Amino acid sequence: MSGRKTLRTDVAIVGGGIVGASAALALRQMGIGVVLLERDLCGSRSSGVNYGGVRRQGRPIDQLPLAQRAHRIWGRLRETIGTDGEYLRSGHFKIARSEADMASLERYRAQSRDFDLGLELISDARLRERCPWLGTRAVGGSLCAEDGQANPRLVSPAFALAAQRAGAQVFERHKVEEVAHDGQAFMLRSGNALEVHAPALLNCAGAWAGSIAAEFGEEVPLQSGHPAMAVTEPLPFFMDWSLGVEGGGIYCRQVARGNLVLGGGGKGIALDADRARSDRDAIASLSAQAVELLPALRHAHFIRTWSGTEGYLPDRQPVLGPSRTTPGLFHGFGFSGAGFQIGPAAGEVLAELVRDGRSSTPIESFSIERFTPTPP
Amino acid sequence: MTASSAAVQPVIVGAGPAGVRAAQALVAHGLRPVVIDEASRAGGQIYRRPPASLAQRSAQALYGFEAGRADAVHAAFDALRERIDYRPDSLVWNAQGGRLDVLHGPTRSTSSLPYGQLIVATGATDRVLPVPGWTLPGVYTLGGAQVALKFQGCAIGERVAFMGTGPLLYLVAYQYAKAGAKVAAVLDTARLADQLAAAPAMLRQPAVFAKGVYYVAWLRAHGVALHGGVRPLRVLGDAQESRVAGVAWHDGREERTLACDAVGFGHALRSETQLADLLGCRFEFAPLHRAHLPVRDAAGRSSVRGVYLAGDGAGIMGADAAEWAGERAALALLADNGVAVDAARAAELERKLQKLGGFREGLERAFPVPQDWAAHANDELVVCRCENITAGTLRQAVAENGADEMNRLKALSRVGMGRCQGRMCGAAAAEILAHATGLPLQQVGRLRGQAPIKPIPIHLAAAPSAEGAGE
Repeated sequence: MSGRKTLRTDVAIVGGGIVGASAALALRQMGIGVVLLERDLCGSRSSGVNYGGVRRQGRPIDQLPLAQRAHRIWGRLRETIGTDGEYLRSGHFKIARSEADMASLERYRAQSRDFDLGLELISDARLRERCPWLGTRAVGGSLCAEDGQANPRLVSPAFALAAQRAGAQVFERHKVEEVAHDGQAFMLRSGNALEVHAPALLNCAGAWAGSIAAEFGEEVPLQSGHPAMAVTEPLPFFMDWSLGVEGGGIYCRQVARGNLVLGGGGKGIALDADRARSDRDAIASLSAQAVELLPALRHAHFIRTWSGTEGYLPDRQPVLGPSRTTPGLFHGFGFSGAGFQIGPAAGEVLAELVRDGRSSTPIESFSIERFTPTPP
Repeated sequence: MTASSAAVQPVIVGAGPAGVRAAQALVAHGLRPVVIDEASRAGGQIYRRPPASLAQRSAQALYGFEAGRADAVHAAFDALRERIDYRPDSLVWNAQGGRLDVLHGPTRSTSSLPYGQLIVATGATDRVLPVPGWTLPGVYTLGGAQVALKFQGCAIGERVAFMGTGPLLYLVAYQYAKAGAKVAAVLDTARLADQLAAAPAMLRQPAVFAKGVYYVAWLRAHGVALHGGVRPLRVLGDAQESRVAGVAWHDGREERTLACDAVGFGHALRSETQLADLLGCRFEFAPLHRAHLPVRDAAGRSSVRGVYLAGDGAGIMGADAAEWAGERAALALLADNGVAVDAARAAELERKLQKLGGFREGLERAFPVPQDWAAHANDELVVCRCENITAGTLRQAVAENGADEMNRLKALSRVGMGRCQGRMCGAAAAEILAHATGLPLQQVGRLRGQAPIKPIPIHLAAAPSAEGAGE
């Protein structure tokens, strides 16, 4: 119909989260044309409302090459996206609540030795001396001094802005309603406003990526998850490390202005397909664990809770790599609640796949083929 | 009543004029509602009662012309006291899945209260359009100044200037003067011409209009300086910037100043809509109120089944309207529950509310929100005092990062991220955003509500959600 804008470009990207936006930026840096379509605002979903942990420690070993690549990108964040987004290599401390946890952290240190994460195990007197604010449940933990934290509200939108400044055409509030491939090129349609034609398509639609994959005959068991998040009023600064707990549970960090950001503690609730909020019982669980870990929080106030919508796959690994059915289609989704740190590297990998057909970072573990039923 | 309705124990949140009249109507039809009140005594803000230990002043002294209304609402509540499940000092901080989370102040405990039907009568607070110096000690909102007088029996200062616009401006000045405080001046951003133009519409409520005229005349007769058409410039501090020392304004020709030690200011009221938001009510922009408000039908039904909206919490209509809307919403709740109600009374209440709508439009014309406020707010002006966010920071988020919507503005700038969660700064931030983007106010949207509605201690949030329904 008249009024619909038709654009032809090299690569179309669905999704303006940290993966899609950093892919757009990387592609532009290679001189490749990009149109990015985002259904809402760039970085407004899980990329922008997550906890803000920037950690390599604790990731599955096969994610570490990607995480190391991301670590280098985070190290030059300001020159890459024009802001530091409150990124700090403040240290990430994974807490052990038992000797068995401690043994598990030791095993992880041994397994990850090739990746030079610089993990340091701390326990007993040294632990009490180093962090007198820790509750008695903690018996020790593993510190990754170069891991840290950042503000996802600032970082994720900044990747999209940087991509735009680099020449990507970014369309916010443009939901993709139709996607097709005619054997040569992809066609994406957003309402009556926009039609995009491109020989390559990146599926970076997060929790909404499953339907695009399915459109090309690649069903994935992608599910939405909604972590419960909460933040306290500003408190006197006492804790530079970002905290996690071995075996899962909660995570917690204090930002420079004093607020503590907490996450985990069970699932949030979906209000509809697009929106979620923290669940009451999840907040109760989060609160109880927070007070146990950090007794000083007992009288602090929660001022805000929230959640987001993240895509989870059963093995908690992302899908990252080429489609097995459709040439020119590449997937980057399903980061299962752990995509913020590796997102920028995933974006670079996708850009490499478009340009070279292969990535310099090993990504075999993340192939969509792992969900393909194997013939008998 | 029917068998099915006998099991229903509706919940009313708020014990101001709307909540009290709603409770009265439910009790009259044989129900025993739960009434949750953030205050320790019923009455709401407008008819706020001092603590029992302080109750020396008469209703006449506390409420002036409104004494009869206040007495009637208080008496209605006192008569209901044994026939309702009244829960004072109780903050509803979250709503989820047919349950309210309630924090009880005195015992520092939380409980979870299930509801089938709910009347939300959460009232209002001042609309704050800040001026430089508004964070100095000694600056209060008009409503805050009034609460100090009614609840605590004290004035905010010895020599008080009142600034802003709206009916509360003159009412509070009058109440202060009557209570013996020195009123330095009343500085109204509206012009006399606005009030004259609005007079025909205002005469739809001649008694209310007459009271307004009386306050103005009384203040004038008692030598209080009244200035209209002013543009507030700043609140002046003392040498140490530790306390208010005066106010400065522009009168259209020149800059003027006045010495005082306290300032009450505000630009009418804004609805407390967080609970309606958490309950999932649909919101629309209401031009008359310059705000996004939960939609309700003439009877007070929200877009969510079983949730009813009454009083200033769903749109500022004043105390009288709140009483009618509370009763009307209760009748709607009853009717939806299969209980026979007096249809003529319901229709009469709707007529009265409808008629008041015209008067309200008149009030907006008489006391318009200064349309040029955002244009005059300089970059250094602190808009969000919880987070110390200035107008300049907000404009930067627009210019450099393309913020064009309130939640994005919040994400990029921290505005509304502090303890008040935007209740105090949201209206002003929206004005700045609309001005900076050139978009109509309607289009910049509103801050999404997020639990807790007010801050709660972590260890209380950790408490298992006890059943709080039974008695």
